[in-house]
Amino acid sequence: MPAPATTATSAGAPDPGADRTVLDASDISRALSRISHEILERNKGADDVVLLGIPSRGVPLAERIAERIAAVEGATVPCGALDVTMYRDDLRLKPARTLLPTEIPEGGIDDKVVVLVDDVLFSGRTIRAALDALNDLGRPRAVQLAVLVDRGHRELPIRADFVGKNLPTSLVQRVRVQLTGVDDQDAVVIEGAVG
Amino acid sequence: MKKHLLSAADLTRDDAELVLRTAEELRSLADRPIKKLPALRGRTVVNLFFEDSTRTRISFEAAAKRLSADVINFSAKGSSLSKGESLKDTALTLEAMGCDAVVIRHGASGAPHRLANSGWVRASVVNAGDGTHEHPTQALLDSFTLYRHLGKSHLGPGNGGGLDGRRIAIVGDVLHSRVARSNALLLHTLGAEVTLVAPPTLFPVGVESWPVETSYDLDGVLPKADAVMMLRVQRERMNGGFFPTAREYSRRYGLDGRRMATLQDHTIVMHPGPMVRGMEITADVADSDRSVIVEQVTNGVAVRMAVLYLLLGGSEPFETPRPSAPQEPPAISSDAEGADA
Repeated sequence: MPAPATTATSAGAPDPGADRTVLDASDISRALSRISHEILERNKGADDVVLLGIPSRGVPLAERIAERIAAVEGATVPCGALDVTMYRDDLRLKPARTLLPTEIPEGGIDDKVVVLVDDVLFSGRTIRAALDALNDLGRPRAVQLAVLVDRGHRELPIRADFVGKNLPTSLVQRVRVQLTGVDDQDAVVIEGAVG
Repeated sequence: MKKHLLSAADLTRDDAELVLRTAEELRSLADRPIKKLPALRGRTVVNLFFEDSTRTRISFEAAAKRLSADVINFSAKGSSLSKGESLKDTALTLEAMGCDAVVIRHGASGAPHRLANSGWVRASVVNAGDGTHEHPTQALLDSFTLYRHLGKSHLGPGNGGGLDGRRIAIVGDVLHSRVARSNALLLHTLGAEVTLVAPPTLFPVGVESWPVETSYDLDGVLPKADAVMMLRVQRERMNGGFFPTAREYSRRYGLDGRRMATLQDHTIVMHPGPMVRGMEITADVADSDRSVIVEQVTNGVAVRMAVLYLLLGGSEPFETPRPSAPQEPPAISSDAEGADA
């Protein structure tokens, strides 16, 4: 089934006794630093790079990456948010959902390298929706994808360019990303983890 | 939200704030190169207008089209309605063709309610003005405009304050105004304090049961108001003497430059349109910096998009928690025939 925008990415009753923290705050910090460097390396600097976080947790991740790029490169990277709710292929299957903010940085996305940022890559359907949404906003020179966690189980031919951690999971598990600002701590937790 | 939007009283505070928040996100669409979202692709919205309208019909049409819905415009003139077809037969025709939402404006108070609850159609029914009863999307867009100018905090998820305690004066022909009725209900739901100002002859019977204050004295109300909403005098509905002369009305209840000078600095002036310049509002007020009348029209599209999206976007309307005990909506009855926004 398609992955919701936020954290919960699989059905199945979570077993509170079996939660397992796979990334703690310092792991997340290191992963984001590496992703930031990889983005700079791939694009030979920060010119024309625009970071777009997918709400809700992609947005703080994009902001953190922007901070790190600013620290390394000394250049400010435009950073925004891209809500994909209206482009979802499962819009009709559920009750109407609340919209989340879309903020396109000044200067737009035309001829820019857009790096989409999300917390968990799962079915790939959110990213497909994001690509459709981008299509209505302009024509980027290239689109890349950065995710904190890739948990597999793709349903579409989509792959991430920058991955914080590859996390093999089973479909009954749920991967929850917590970020300070939205939640009270930084952590990636697998719920219903058995092995 | 309920399946239909028939009355501003149907909206809980959570519902109303959800519509306003959604409209806030949708408003930015107007600045984009492609003013279109795919959310309602393949859905059909019928604009069923038994009464003349420009801005409401165009606004609903633009809203539905920007959400990629198919729009069928249906006005009384040039259809079988002018041959005497009944509302029921029209509804059955629409149902047979298959439509997902019916936006209805009708001269008779309660026509949308009849359409929604008779079992004639399965579609969601949106009231776009019925008689002298209600015009809920106008109230929503007025509230949206008020939030943008007066809301103490931005319409964020943790939005606090909003319109709580803000004083809104609604001035003019309250008797014939569905806009006044819907606004009184919705603004009360959102925590604002509403004062209706009109000559004694233009208050409806039973206004004392509305959640509002009333006054006959415009000059006493203006200095305290945070927003002033002027209503058109619906002369086409008046066959008796509601006031001696138009000149006397505009001297006592019209908003002119002199009265505008008594307003607080932040106070905005609103009008649902169509305006009669020189009657309830003078041209210098309508064109002043305080006037948000044109912005109201822009906001109307965003708010109507929000309503259509929340009613039709998913498999069922957006669910906000509803109070478990059924709430009696404030009883507001209508005793005059026909009105215009």
